[in-house]
Amino acid sequence: MGTAWNWGVFLQETPSGGATYLGWLLTGLGWTVGLSLAAWAVALLLGTALGVLRTVPGRLRPGLAAAYVEAFRNVPLLVQLFAWYFVLPELLPRAWGDAIKRSDPLLQQFLAAWLCLSLFTAARVCEQVRAGLGALPPGQLQAALALGLTRFQAYRRVLLPMALRLVVPPLTSEFLNVFKNSAVASTIGLVELSRQSQQLVDYTAQAYEAFIAVTLLYLLVNVAVMLLMRRVEARARVPGFIGAR
Amino acid sequence: MYEFDWSSIPGALPTLARGLLVTLQVTLVAVAVGIAWGTALAVARLSPQAWLRWPAAAYVNLFRSVPLVMVILWFYLVVPQLLRRFLGVSSATDIRMVSALAAFALFESAYYAEIIRAGIQSVPKGQLDAALALGLTPAQAMRRVVLPQAFRNMLPLLLTQAIILFQDTSLVYVIGLADFFGAAYKVGDRDGRLVELVLFAGLVYFLASLAASALVRRLRRRVTA
Repeated sequence: MGTAWNWGVFLQETPSGGATYLGWLLTGLGWTVGLSLAAWAVALLLGTALGVLRTVPGRLRPGLAAAYVEAFRNVPLLVQLFAWYFVLPELLPRAWGDAIKRSDPLLQQFLAAWLCLSLFTAARVCEQVRAGLGALPPGQLQAALALGLTRFQAYRRVLLPMALRLVVPPLTSEFLNVFKNSAVASTIGLVELSRQSQQLVDYTAQAYEAFIAVTLLYLLVNVAVMLLMRRVEARARVPGFIGAR
Repeated sequence: MYEFDWSSIPGALPTLARGLLVTLQVTLVAVAVGIAWGTALAVARLSPQAWLRWPAAAYVNLFRSVPLVMVILWFYLVVPQLLRRFLGVSSATDIRMVSALAAFALFESAYYAEIIRAGIQSVPKGQLDAALALGLTPAQAMRRVVLPQAFRNMLPLLLTQAIILFQDTSLVYVIGLADFFGAAYKVGDRDGRLVELVLFAGLVYFLASLAASALVRRLRRRVTA
């Protein structure tokens, strides 16, 4: 297409000095991975708690967890991110909002993106955990309660250890989604991987090289996560259940 | 405390409606092309021919590993050059709309292909064997026997994916196309009422998606009944 290829561009020094364009990409990769892992940790904990709430008896608690899931699943991720980044500081008491707006922009962007991705992903983890708990035979809970365990102990010691191992495969795809969804943070200016690709285009005009490199880095992350989760899956497999060998 | 002022919304309704039209256009085109191209990819992935299976698998895996934001940016880079080269399109055409349509259609095809592949695999093997035994060619068996049953089974999933797609179209923000959210953001930015406009846009997406999901749930009960 008449493109003048120049792969050497990645080794050139950036105008701000002290770094190469490759260095920029790796910094972006660092933010993508850091943001995604931080969000995944919160989402896993919160999502598991919500998934348990959806299965406990009664109306109020399952209803609240279901409302949470509906709210976070039916609003686009981008709109949620803008809500946390632009709207939340305005709605807080003025002193808090001003303190947020005076803080380091990078910190504001990271916190908004972290909060957004965590809560968004928690809704999806919740549904997977609920499905895992639902797949267990009801006798497990009854046996645990009959043995004198409290409901909390039954979930903690009997149901969750089984359910979480059963849902490793669907959680793997949610884990991959976190990395892909983190690209949305580029819209509020967080210089993660996607944003760096656009910066490279602006500074070097080598758009194809920049986009190809970033796409390859995303593929690399994908492969790394899949290899990691394959090991987790092999170790977590429950003998006697589908998928066990 | 923040004082809400919703007064800029009524005047902006025509702008927002135009944005909504863009959102719906992108959604419908992507769903239609996605299902058609996704069916072709799914059949290719299940084909006994390696030269069909491998490219289809590579296509699906590539698109499913890359963030949608990157795909939209990619197409915004590539599409204008292709258009100029092969169609001689003048610069007056809205390149952003064309590249968004291409990006969403080709990206969603990969996701639809996986849903459709699972749907085809859910049809009992005996159906295909029976069709072949009756003398249908493999292509006829796929088109007349397997696919109609597969589509019936996976209709709810296809529609759920369409709802996700409807929400994801908001990402055309990255190339500055004024879809519903883009329009809301512009109005909010112009009037200094970003808080109200973002919340309003969120509410509209929420109600539309919730209503659509409720319809899909009803349909699922009818399909499985």
